[in-house]
Amino acid sequence: MKTRTWMIWSAIVLLTVLPLWFASAPPAEPGAEAPAMFGGADERAQQAIGTVAPHYEPWFEPLFEPASGEIASLLFALQAALGAGVIGYWLGTSVTRERARREAASTQSHAD
Amino acid sequence: MHIMEGFLPPAHAIGWAAASLPFLAFGLRSVGRTLATHPEQRMLLGVAAAFAFLLSALKLPSVTGSCSHPTGIGLGALLFGPAAMVPVGFVVLLFQALLLAHGGITTLGANVFSMAVVGPFVAYGVFRAAAGAGASRSVAVFLAACLGDLATYVTTSIQLAWAFPDAVGGFSASFVKFAGIFGLTQVPIAISEGLLTVLVVNAMARFNAHELRKLPVMAMEKKA
Repeated sequence: MKTRTWMIWSAIVLLTVLPLWFASAPPAEPGAEAPAMFGGADERAQQAIGTVAPHYEPWFEPLFEPASGEIASLLFALQAALGAGVIGYWLGTSVTRERARREAASTQSHAD
Repeated sequence: MHIMEGFLPPAHAIGWAAASLPFLAFGLRSVGRTLATHPEQRMLLGVAAAFAFLLSALKLPSVTGSCSHPTGIGLGALLFGPAAMVPVGFVVLLFQALLLAHGGITTLGANVFSMAVVGPFVAYGVFRAAAGAGASRSVAVFLAACLGDLATYVTTSIQLAWAFPDAVGGFSASFVKFAGIFGLTQVPIAISEGLLTVLVVNAMARFNAHELRKLPVMAMEKKA
């Protein structure tokens, strides 16, 4: 199980890291500037809407926008931290519970 | 990556919201029932929700030179059934729409439909089909989470193509365009999500075997 787990982790890391070198630049929409490398796919979709329906005006603005890219990444980090915290708590209690169970089993067998 | 605020015409925005609402109500009832009959599964439901929270905050680079994020919805759909993930996805999307200007309030209905309705139902269906065809648990979980993630973004592409058909090629030309942006970008990210979901399910099988026995993922173990 251990080897396979490590192989899966490596595959995930490679799938994430390799595009940084091997990705081609996203194609520019006609009449628009070339999109930034590794920008959001939603931004590219927004540009694509601009070429398909040039007269479309978004009719609603976000009620609250993070004051800057830094604030946005702070909030995204907070969201990830909340999720990771809960998962970490579960893993921690699970490992401890299993260890306690094993120790209880071994002390019982010693007592016999 | 979700449809941005204001980028669906009002009629589409309202239509998708109306389509998502019954699923949300059904999902809330389903979660309530699960917790009432199996209170010991609160922890695992929390982990499934946390997984969706964590994964949808991670914008990963992809081969297309764009970034997108996984959804993390497949895990919970396999554990608690697809309906249970509708409210979870709704909360994640609401959080991102209100605080992060990611997605939006007017596009919430459409985004809930793609990420919290199509995603979990496809994941669950793929899992049942793969398990029924005799695939091992890991393979079935991988396919389910991976294809559930992809299905979400194919749905997003359909929603945008429907709202913005190409002047010449119509819906299909527009769909090819949006799928080239959302779908292709998502391929390696969906594979990563599939692999990660396998790791989490393996850990649950080891640590929470007792609770899992009552959940769909483990139901297939008896046959194997």
